[in-house]
Amino acid sequence: MSFLRRRRGSDKPPKEIDESPTEDSAAEDNKNIKKKRPPSAAAEARKKGWSCVNSCCWWIGVICSVWWFLLFLYNVVPSLPQMVTEAITGPMPDPPGLKLRKEGLTAKHPVVFVPGIVTGGLELWEGRPCADGLFRKRLWGGTFGEIYKRPSCWVEHMSLDNETGLDPSNIRIRPVTGLVAADYFAPGYFVWAVLIANLARIGYEEKTMYMAAYDWRIAFQNTEVRDQTLSRIKSNIELMVATNGGKKVVVIPHSMGVLYFLHFMKWVEAPAPMGGDGGPDWCAKHIKAVMNIGGPFLGVPKAVSGLFSAEAKDVAVARAIAPGVLESDLIGFQTLQHIMRMTRTWDSTMSMIPKGGDTIWGGLDWSPEEGYNCNPKSRINDSHVASDAESEKVESASNNVNYGRIISFGRDVAEASSSKIDCIDFRDALKGNNLAHSNASCDVWTEYQELGYLGIKAVADYKAYTAGPLLDLLHFVAPKMMQRGDAHFSYGIADDLDDPKYEHYKYWSNPLETKLPNAPGIEIYSMYGVGIPTERSYVYKLSSYAECNIPFQIDASADGGNGESCLQGGVFLVNGDETVPVLSAGFMCAKGWRGKTRFNPSGIRTYIREYDHAPPSNFLEGRGTQSGAHVDIMGNFALIEDIIRVAAGATGEELGGDQVYSDIFKWSEKINLQL
Amino acid sequence: MGPPFLRLRKLYAVVYPKIKDEAPPPISEIHHHHHHQQQQQQYWLKTNHNTDPNGWRCVDRCCWMIGYTCTVWWVVLLLYSSLLHTDVAPDQSPGSRLRREGLRPLHPVVMVPGIANGGLELWEGRPCSEGLFRKRIWGGNLVEIFKRLRCWLEHMSLDNETGLDPEGIRVRAVPGLVAADYFTPGYFVWAVLIKNLARIGYEGKNMHMTAYDWRLSFQNTEVRDQSLTRLKSKIELLVRSNGNKKVVVVPHSMGVLYFLHFLKWVEAPPPMGGGGGSQWCAKHIKAITNISPTFLGVPKAVSGIFSAEAKDIAFARAMAPGILDSGILGLRALEHIMRVSRTWDSIISLLPKGGETIWGNLDWSPEQGYPCDPTKKRFLKSSLTDRVGLANSSGHGKLGLGAEENVHYGRIISFGKMASELRSSKLSMINYKDLPLHKLTQGRSDSEQVWTEYNEMNFDSIKTIVANKVYTTKTILDLFRFVAPKLMRRADAHFSHGIADDLDDPKYSHYKYWSNPLETKLPDAPEMEIHCLYGVGIPTERSYVYKLSPSLGRCKTIPFRIDGSADGSTNGGCLKGGVYTVDGDQSVPVLSAGFMCAKGWRGRNRFNPSGVSTYAREYLHKAPASVLEGRGMESGAHVDIMGNVGLIEDVLRVTAGASGIDLGGDRIHSDVMKISEQVKLRL
Repeated sequence: MSFLRRRRGSDKPPKEIDESPTEDSAAEDNKNIKKKRPPSAAAEARKKGWSCVNSCCWWIGVICSVWWFLLFLYNVVPSLPQMVTEAITGPMPDPPGLKLRKEGLTAKHPVVFVPGIVTGGLELWEGRPCADGLFRKRLWGGTFGEIYKRPSCWVEHMSLDNETGLDPSNIRIRPVTGLVAADYFAPGYFVWAVLIANLARIGYEEKTMYMAAYDWRIAFQNTEVRDQTLSRIKSNIELMVATNGGKKVVVIPHSMGVLYFLHFMKWVEAPAPMGGDGGPDWCAKHIKAVMNIGGPFLGVPKAVSGLFSAEAKDVAVARAIAPGVLESDLIGFQTLQHIMRMTRTWDSTMSMIPKGGDTIWGGLDWSPEEGYNCNPKSRINDSHVASDAESEKVESASNNVNYGRIISFGRDVAEASSSKIDCIDFRDALKGNNLAHSNASCDVWTEYQELGYLGIKAVADYKAYTAGPLLDLLHFVAPKMMQRGDAHFSYGIADDLDDPKYEHYKYWSNPLETKLPNAPGIEIYSMYGVGIPTERSYVYKLSSYAECNIPFQIDASADGGNGESCLQGGVFLVNGDETVPVLSAGFMCAKGWRGKTRFNPSGIRTYIREYDHAPPSNFLEGRGTQSGAHVDIMGNFALIEDIIRVAAGATGEELGGDQVYSDIFKWSEKINLQL
Repeated sequence: MGPPFLRLRKLYAVVYPKIKDEAPPPISEIHHHHHHQQQQQQYWLKTNHNTDPNGWRCVDRCCWMIGYTCTVWWVVLLLYSSLLHTDVAPDQSPGSRLRREGLRPLHPVVMVPGIANGGLELWEGRPCSEGLFRKRIWGGNLVEIFKRLRCWLEHMSLDNETGLDPEGIRVRAVPGLVAADYFTPGYFVWAVLIKNLARIGYEGKNMHMTAYDWRLSFQNTEVRDQSLTRLKSKIELLVRSNGNKKVVVVPHSMGVLYFLHFLKWVEAPPPMGGGGGSQWCAKHIKAITNISPTFLGVPKAVSGIFSAEAKDIAFARAMAPGILDSGILGLRALEHIMRVSRTWDSIISLLPKGGETIWGNLDWSPEQGYPCDPTKKRFLKSSLTDRVGLANSSGHGKLGLGAEENVHYGRIISFGKMASELRSSKLSMINYKDLPLHKLTQGRSDSEQVWTEYNEMNFDSIKTIVANKVYTTKTILDLFRFVAPKLMRRADAHFSHGIADDLDDPKYSHYKYWSNPLETKLPDAPEMEIHCLYGVGIPTERSYVYKLSPSLGRCKTIPFRIDGSADGSTNGGCLKGGVYTVDGDQSVPVLSAGFMCAKGWRGRNRFNPSGVSTYAREYLHKAPASVLEGRGMESGAHVDIMGNVGLIEDVLRVTAGASGIDLGGDRIHSDVMKISEQVKLRL
């Protein structure tokens, strides 16, 4: 429109200009006496001097009016999209809360939500001068406006101290408390909100729901040291049980919250000062069920790539926002390094490094998932096109995937048989021998700068890393981070669970090094989505080496092609919920804790509830009501219904026991773990 | 999308073809940008003018006006915010200053908000409230009030019989610090205090905002939401997780009474109490720093209940002008407010306590003889030496002292200005209680859309009430039982407003006495400190002149209203708009805020058997010097005092470990000590 106007203006013959002012202003004056327009002389003057301002005002006015009008329309007809959807797809099903309320379900057991990594909001309590005016504003969650406004300030405040893993001096970032902490991550992007709304339909409210918000950046035990978060959760659970007639709580952890709650269950029964001193039957007295949603019990491969090269797709949502940040001039090309520096100070990410080593995740030549056909379509079509040569080829190709090699340098290494791989040990390799101008220009500090050329070469020469050597690799490239990590987390498998060393808190979040509490009445559910290709192992390459770069990056060019291969963009994929592979989410409930085992001495019952992913049928459905994706599953109606039934008193048997779509039982069988 | 859209179409459909016919302009004419624009504008106006002589101008003008207004508005907004930012220098805030002094957090802080300050959110509602799930319907931006007024009123009301939720509606208190940091965006309540506490190192783990539904009676918050149990558990957790440091409790306004109730509840045995044992308070509480306390009630509550006219007992009144003008409710806004607020039991807790002993009778009141307008007081004092000047000043000051002695503050409601000034012997009292009341009328109670209990009264009883002329704090309760029996039936089950003769009487173990400081003993915690921090220097409502409502004959009106025309120059300016004022913080008279700390609990007495030390600290009101200062940093007003730097400093020092003595003991600006002396209460 502006084009049009401008052109027209210049097209205009000058003659008419001379006529127009008098005529115009006269007519104008006659018409606008009531509006108290200035007299004609003034009007003329205004026209000459102010026309630019006037047209600006005019434009603003038009834009405002149109905007308001649209806003008004939007508010008046809020149900329009819904009406359209209903016209296309038929009436929407009742939300589960409403449906179950009609069935007569009412609130019974108090519920506790344990949010996962990055989904909880963080707010500023004390900051540097650059963060002026942000007091008690969300730095994480909410609108994220500050990232764009003052990115380096934001990174500085979100980082923790690299030595202690706690606050840097004079910066205090604290978790937001209450249900608002994680109901919506950003406006319109729900996390817990749908579940909360549905629980409210059957009568839940603030006093029977509790969001166990914690600072998800710091190590689990540090949340207690710094904020007494575990004590708070204990006190709140006790309070809820006491004020609800002794009814035990149903705990619903999501994502990393699963590990956090594992840690809590050990902490609460352990003696003070390390533990919460609740006595050996605290869990039995206070917990009815633990309904883990998308739980990375045994870690996630994404955490590895995140720590190794800051490239995991969404171990932190930081990556999701990265495209915008990457282009911002303020940080420039060092965005990834900044993110790496920041995330490497977050101890909690280390809780998700794959646990159980080669026993669980597979060695150079085998993995529990081997033989998995990555393309669900061709899997379904198998019966129709069994003779199709193409599909056979795919089948054979997928058989060869060596998922156990979580990091391989080069695609050929990833696919070669183990005898052909020449592993050169990197552990004793010398570090250093930096290129010239060391430390000169790097304002972003990552530990890679201390690795030097020799170190990097040694890492790449080892070729293929399985879950076991992977830990050594991380120790090698990031000694400071892993030093903190080793103080707080452990990734092994216990030989003898009665060994007194396992009383230390660093083992508490590893299900393979702890026993479940002595509480046969508890039920543990593992609820997760399946049917989405999920990162499982990576093909890496050396990046063009420069002093300040991260020396490794995922080799995105390694691709199986035609969209049917397990290898896509340098990542080998397997069944899961887009973030957590089925193996990690399901193994403990499918096998590790099933029946009475050494990890589950009291025989707590476990149930697996899988939810097959179905993408939203159209755009209007938003994130879908049958999604199986890691976070979107929180809006899955079937999952919500299961939770509500349990909260209203149902047992796992009444839900129908296991509900399995994937090969989790088959894969679990292949794992040779002493039980 | 009316005008803009049409306009667009017009440009394309009509104007554009026309351009083609016209000759290309001489290049010389367009070299100057400014000129160019001008042409464009003129041509454009003209084209429009030609094609439609009457329509387009107007639209253009409108757009122009809107744009202009918006721009100016933004500029002003920008200026305002930038100026405000520079004005409040963080370095000079009490928090930063005390941090430099070396103050660090020591005792955990528990905040108890007052009436109407805490946010309420919707958990379950009628169909009309769709989309408001977990949205604030009280506090926040209050947009919904105007959007769906009736719906809002329905959801804010409680059940008139039980004082609890109506069927199918659940409105609950917002938890956490956000509950009462800001009442509406930009209108701070606790935010400034929180910020300053944070500056010396406080954070979420050692601060707690007590969330309770301020509409309910105190014991009902426990019955419905277990709020008292929650508070007990939170305090225990705070103490335990902060190295066994006792908490400092900071209640504000009605929160003071709520916390008094809690003090008794927590040590009382279950099931009525919290079963904390007799040493709970001694073990867990270091100090209670009551801000703007309403210990003995506020006269505003009387007018609020009687005619919904208190100026800001609830912020509802602040919004009333808007509601009054709204066409939807029309004239009934006040009736609606009355109907809603009369279901809120908590208001009853604010009725004046202690009867005539405290608040004065027909002929006597503790405040009489003290100047009502504090600004005038200073004027008087300074001019006492200069009597000539005083006498010359229109004789006003001369009348001052003499007239003030004649103000009968004890007559909390008088019908007519005369009645408020007459001697008691000349007043004729009629016993209205024996009248056959209710249910006689046809004229008044058929249309029941707005239900107030006034609809059930007949003209005779109304006339009798008026004929009785004056009411004191004692008889006002009888009056309320007469005009609002249902409300008072609930109220009498939850609150008591008397003075105990014998505090050891077992009846005082009932919860209805717990929020009345004159019918309870303080806990056995000699190390605990009680501070009364309140503003003085603002004329505060104390008693009222009423009249019959002019629209009395009509259906569904409140039959009484404050006689706004009653203005008294003869009373030294104490009577304004039908309201007699005394010194106070705009809502709470000093008598109510200060008496307990100044006398009722001072030393060891029957209300304070263990000798809890008390301190009265007053903050003289100083109006903000300019608009830019916002609500002022030295305000003494009931809510604005939460931003008073002196008060914040005191609270911070106490939380960092200082005792009342360290603060400097009492700090008095008003006549509270002398006023308290006048009160003849057996201690």
